[in-house]
Amino acid sequence: MVPLSWFLILSAALFSIGLFGVLSRRNAIAILLGIELMLNAVNINLVAFWRYLDPVRITGQVFAIIVFAVAAAEVAVGLALVISVYRNRKTVVADELDMMKW
Amino acid sequence: MTILFLITAVVILASALMVVTSRNLVHAALWLISALFGVAVLYALLNAGFMAVVQVVIYIGAIAILFIFAVMLTRREMRDRGPGLNPNWWISALISLLTFGGLALLLSSWSGFWQTAPSIPSGFDQVAALGDALISPDAFVLPFEVASVLLVAALIGAVYIAFNPHTKDISRSEDFPRAEDFPRPGGFPRSRVTRK
Repeated sequence: MVPLSWFLILSAALFSIGLFGVLSRRNAIAILLGIELMLNAVNINLVAFWRYLDPVRITGQVFAIIVFAVAAAEVAVGLALVISVYRNRKTVVADELDMMKW
Repeated sequence: MTILFLITAVVILASALMVVTSRNLVHAALWLISALFGVAVLYALLNAGFMAVVQVVIYIGAIAILFIFAVMLTRREMRDRGPGLNPNWWISALISLLTFGGLALLLSSWSGFWQTAPSIPSGFDQVAALGDALISPDAFVLPFEVASVLLVAALIGAVYIAFNPHTKDISRSEDFPRAEDFPRPGGFPRSRVTRK
């Protein structure tokens, strides 16, 4: 079986790619896609730590399931906000949504 | 096992790169499905079969489909005018690379970095243990209930935000493309749509 480090490095790389997406995309939905990638990287870490450090107590999987629930809540609210903003402003490009600036 | 891990890792990272760089958002959402499926394979490799099933059902079955719906509901802006990345994207790339380097450095200084997996004791039913842990009062029943309340509150809030009757429905307005704007199947609408 592969050592723990491979999973951790893969998840760090996935997290960094998601971070790049969040910071650099212009479209609000694409930013949410990047957040999903970051949440998945965290979940890989949680399940890998469960398997490699403490497989009998099930703590890591419980934590990962709660992250699933939070991710579902986050994406539902985020996409509802995007659709609502699109109805009002007819744009989902993040730099054009500046009505709360100043 | 090692080969499978390497293939899955390459698939996940390549799909994730396509998610953050692809200009067409429908393609980005489909690449996200590919990345999520790779993560489900990783869960199966880690002997967490239940997590793999939950990943497929919740992430691919619900969240990715929700993304595709949202992309299609905001479709008119999806034919990108302008670039998909903002002009400072190289700063973001630098920050991401620094984050990756920092995480790798931090992890490699940890003593347990190279350890291998202990064997799961035979006869250990992890799905039953997970179910017990989620509802047992001396384990995780409180976080579990808090998560359910959070989910209900978030979904009610999402419904309220998305279907607020005071917002104007642009599909009834003049400049929304109608069926006769599409001259042939799959064609683009003629330019009745006036852009500001």
